[in-house]
Amino acid sequence: MKDFGTNVVGGVTPGKGGQEIHGIPVFDSVKEAVDDTNPNASVIFVPPGFAADAIFEAIDGGIELIVAITEGIPVHDMMRVCAYLEDSSSRLIGPNCPGITTPGESKIGIMPNPIHLAGNVGLVSRSGTLTYEIIDLLSRNGIGQSTSVGIGGDQVTGTSFVDILELFEKDTKTDAVVMVGEIGGTAEEDSIDFIRQMRKPVIAYIVGVSAPPGKTMGHAGAIVSAGSGTALEKIKAFEKAGIITGRSPKDIVLKLTNILEK
Amino acid sequence: MKLYEHQAKEIFSKYHIPVPEGSLITKAGDAMGVAERLGDVVIKAQVTVGGRGKAGGIAAASGPQDAKKAAERILGMSIKGLPVKKVLIEQYRKPQKEIYLGITIDRKARRPIIMASMEGGVDIEEIARSSPEKIIRMHIHPLTGIHDYQARALASLLDRDNSVPILDVIKKLYRVFNDYDCVLAEINPLALTAQEEQGIVALDAKMVIDDNALFRQEAAEEESGSLEDMAKKSGMSYVGLDGDIGCIVNGAGLAMATLDMIKEYGGEPADFMDVRAGANEEQIRTALRIVSSNMNVKSIIVNIFGGLTKCDEVARGIVDVISEIRVPLVVRLAGTNEQEGRKMLEKYGTTIVSSTEEAAMEVVKFGDSHR
Repeated sequence: MKDFGTNVVGGVTPGKGGQEIHGIPVFDSVKEAVDDTNPNASVIFVPPGFAADAIFEAIDGGIELIVAITEGIPVHDMMRVCAYLEDSSSRLIGPNCPGITTPGESKIGIMPNPIHLAGNVGLVSRSGTLTYEIIDLLSRNGIGQSTSVGIGGDQVTGTSFVDILELFEKDTKTDAVVMVGEIGGTAEEDSIDFIRQMRKPVIAYIVGVSAPPGKTMGHAGAIVSAGSGTALEKIKAFEKAGIITGRSPKDIVLKLTNILEK
Repeated sequence: MKLYEHQAKEIFSKYHIPVPEGSLITKAGDAMGVAERLGDVVIKAQVTVGGRGKAGGIAAASGPQDAKKAAERILGMSIKGLPVKKVLIEQYRKPQKEIYLGITIDRKARRPIIMASMEGGVDIEEIARSSPEKIIRMHIHPLTGIHDYQARALASLLDRDNSVPILDVIKKLYRVFNDYDCVLAEINPLALTAQEEQGIVALDAKMVIDDNALFRQEAAEEESGSLEDMAKKSGMSYVGLDGDIGCIVNGAGLAMATLDMIKEYGGEPADFMDVRAGANEEQIRTALRIVSSNMNVKSIIVNIFGGLTKCDEVARGIVDVISEIRVPLVVRLAGTNEQEGRKMLEKYGTTIVSSTEEAAMEVVKFGDSHR
């Protein structure tokens, strides 16, 4: 993160307060870190059993932007966290996500540094490595990114597609958006109404066409249940609404190139 | 993780949700004693897949001989490929009214939702399709849990005259849902029984526990020795499929995209295998062994986009077991330490490619399904 330009001002590990790692001070609690360093964002790598507590601590610490990388947090914990978030001024990205990257400015999370290229395309995704794949392909084809956001692959997440699409719509550095969805739930469909009102073009890529029903495909949220949440259903809903869909990362690059040239 | 009906009913009993009197048996002969004690009984196959009634896994019996015969038949069955190893024998309770009561997670609202209907006894999906207006839905705040007034209101809406026993079950089921980290806690049907029996009883019980919460739940999963379980033990995720192309990918989204692309090129994936972020040598070795142990597999694709995962570690894992792998291997390495990884694999005759698309195209060439 430091290499990418992020100003990392402190770390928190209970019991390790007072130490320094790569010249960055470590604190025992978020409160101490906030009092001393006044950060506006926090990234959470805490193991699943303790992650919700860490998010609560960050919210109570008044941190504006909280990015939770941790995979495997119990969904009941996340429901409680999200309910608590509603009465706070914090935004939570994740959990089970690779974080958020703005090339040339900063990165909060674990996306590999070399794949990014600064530009005018926003990217929002439920996935991790698939996000890297697409960013990498965009960059190789000279299509830079304004900001890339992984919202996470769990059933309950702090930030939705619509939340990020709203931000991209307002962002003066973003001209088009790539949205990467997958099977399970209706997060993709729920964004359709908003996308139709957007001035900026959106290309959607939805994976899991080959996924059988009733099986969790890696991500806790990626499950086709009771016949709903299939990739084909989602793709059909998007196409019916007149939203451009890509069949593969390569297809996205092609279609995006066409849009950007217009 | 899905619990068996008898497990869920044991938990219900702990929470004083009434369930029929019954016993779990594994030998048909034991049915006789149980039936003698209970009178008219219902014999129910214990499997964790739906549709067991339609498959003939539930039977009514009167008298010990009849019960033994029914138990014998059901214990010899397989339902959706799962052999029935246990049956639950319960006292028959005649329902006057059948209620559907379920608590699950509304992903969009990000909170629990109770769904209830007086049209119980059939699939909730079926009710939702045929008469959606007959389902009552109520969200619960995850930080406060269910309020008494909510349970009262819901019970009155369902059946005003019997609202007291119903609201009691609603409150208790919510506690089960919450305490056991359920993604689903369901009673279908919750029966109101004849006057002389005076009461309410959960005739069926379904509980699905959040896999992410198993570390703090006692409910231990039965070891089935399946490839799924072996992968899970190593912190990975495996789902068996019908094709002949073994797939090993880091990350669920990329794995699904890889499978989709293989299909797009005319191949059929034999599995979904997500080795997760930060996979190490040991996990790659295990993944290769699991995937190649499926005898249908004719070729294997390993697709890694390194972030936390380091490509050289992946390559080392592949090299360690390459002599055991009997099928051609297509490896795609990108991201962290990509060059080091590629170099290590060069002399082993694996096909090394640079994109997912290319990998999918190459691996399909080895499969039977390639035409």
